[in-house]
Amino acid sequence: MLIFSLEARLKRQAAFDLLFRNLTRISAFSVLLLLAAIIFSLVVGSLPAINKFGFGFLTSMEWDPVNDNFGALVPIIGTLVTSSIALLIAIPVSFGIALFLTELSPRILRRPLGIAIELLAGIPSIIYGMWGLFVFAPLFADHVEPWLNKNVGDMPYIGGFFVGPPMGIGVLTASIILSIMVIPFISSVMRDVFDVVPTLLKESAYGLGATTWEVMWKVVLPYTKVGVAGGIMLGLGRALGETMAVTFVIGNAHELSKSLLMPGNSISSALANEFTEAVGELYTSSLIELGLILFFITFVVLSIARYMLYKLGKREGQAS
Amino acid sequence: MNADINPKVVVKDLNFYYGNYRALKDINLNIADKMVTAFIGPSGCGKSTLLRTFNRMYQLYPKQKATGEIILDGANILDKKQDLNMLRAKVGMVFQKPTPFPMSIYDNIAFGVKLYESLNKNDMEERVEWALKKAALWTEVKDKLKQSGTGLSGGQQQRLCIARAIAVKPEVLLLDEPTSALDPISTAHIEKLIDELKEDFTIVIVTHNMQQAARVSDYTAYMYLGDLIEFGETSTVFTNPTRKETEDYITGRFG
Repeated sequence: MLIFSLEARLKRQAAFDLLFRNLTRISAFSVLLLLAAIIFSLVVGSLPAINKFGFGFLTSMEWDPVNDNFGALVPIIGTLVTSSIALLIAIPVSFGIALFLTELSPRILRRPLGIAIELLAGIPSIIYGMWGLFVFAPLFADHVEPWLNKNVGDMPYIGGFFVGPPMGIGVLTASIILSIMVIPFISSVMRDVFDVVPTLLKESAYGLGATTWEVMWKVVLPYTKVGVAGGIMLGLGRALGETMAVTFVIGNAHELSKSLLMPGNSISSALANEFTEAVGELYTSSLIELGLILFFITFVVLSIARYMLYKLGKREGQAS
Repeated sequence: MNADINPKVVVKDLNFYYGNYRALKDINLNIADKMVTAFIGPSGCGKSTLLRTFNRMYQLYPKQKATGEIILDGANILDKKQDLNMLRAKVGMVFQKPTPFPMSIYDNIAFGVKLYESLNKNDMEERVEWALKKAALWTEVKDKLKQSGTGLSGGQQQRLCIARAIAVKPEVLLLDEPTSALDPISTAHIEKLIDELKEDFTIVIVTHNMQQAARVSDYTAYMYLGDLIEFGETSTVFTNPTRKETEDYITGRFG
């Protein structure tokens, strides 16, 4: 009797285990399936545009809904430029924040500052957009842009990026708002990875007479490079896809201008602005193709980052 | 207590505080030039704390402070005016665990040197070779200087750290339980190395292992609860201690 019940219980457990294993497997595979389904529907949705414009879609600056003539170059460049400038600003600032929080800040300030930065990450992007449009852009137009025009505008090579009427909204404003939005992500990841650096390793560098800067730059950063790169990628992913805040301040003009002070457009803000008014199959299809391109850009950027980290790891692997 | 020592470092009335807790109590001690001095004692006795005052490592932590004097070459290193980086060029340190930097073996050695000297490529290569030879690591790594320091075995990593410390050409070398994370063979390597290094450097070693103190040191300081209980020639301290507490500790009755 006892043996029977034990056998029955074991059987029940084995059956349950099988069920459990398959459940987890289904969960895992459903992610892949979902990804495939999204790509599939994007491709299907953009087929009319792909058939009509072909690769010319990527290089054309036209965006003419009246005559049904579309090209993606302006929003693609807008997305890449705003994200790059945002990272250019955000990476050094985040490094400074993380360095201060882990190495220099008095202990009582660490927690409040850390929490404040995490709260910044939690603010909905539309609030950044509103703040950017109503507070930051006017200030920028009144105080910063005239200065840029006057002092940087005449410089050789870079001058051309900083001329134009001080409107407040534009590519540079969008980039700065984006950088403010990604700083919390990058800096909190950096802080977390800096925190796990062994004390002895840092003391060893200090013990050789290194300054705080030398310890951070030459020992802590190389030690944590994978984590730091991961944080930057997280920020980049967010910057590439960010919609609302950018839509508010970028100006939404389908024009390519060398000046960063002029309005431009990004893929995600074009989508947000125009889906509701898109009439006709080709217009909708072109927007969907824009979405596909954004998907592709994000995928490629993340893959390149992964590959670089892999190469870096491999080089060290060979080295050791 | 230490009349016959030719001192490199003189510790006078040293007190040390972690916040309000007094971890070292009126320590007076001479560290002999070009000799090995060992600090022994049970955990929490203050031996590592004492060692870390010699390069003011404690200064990284705002609540720790030292009072009194530590005189190195005639100057009080606890003086606020003492430049920390210059002090650490004179007083090198090796830690409980190997801490190779995440860079090549060559760069690990060159790291400290670059902080103080701008050597040309040849001179730097010579210096790296010199330090690695001094640390008895040269033959093992001379063909893989460009490889990562983290790929070496534990014992090799610790000798790399010793090479890194002596590459700066310090005068005093602080060893904080340098073999506590190593196997017996690597430990023997390091102990032999300590014996050779004392020709050029004044060495202070903190150790949990009394046999190690007996084997490598010329002078031994026994500490207990922040007090320096006994200090003298190692042979005397181990065979004929003057204090009963020391005898109890080294004969294994406690600790």
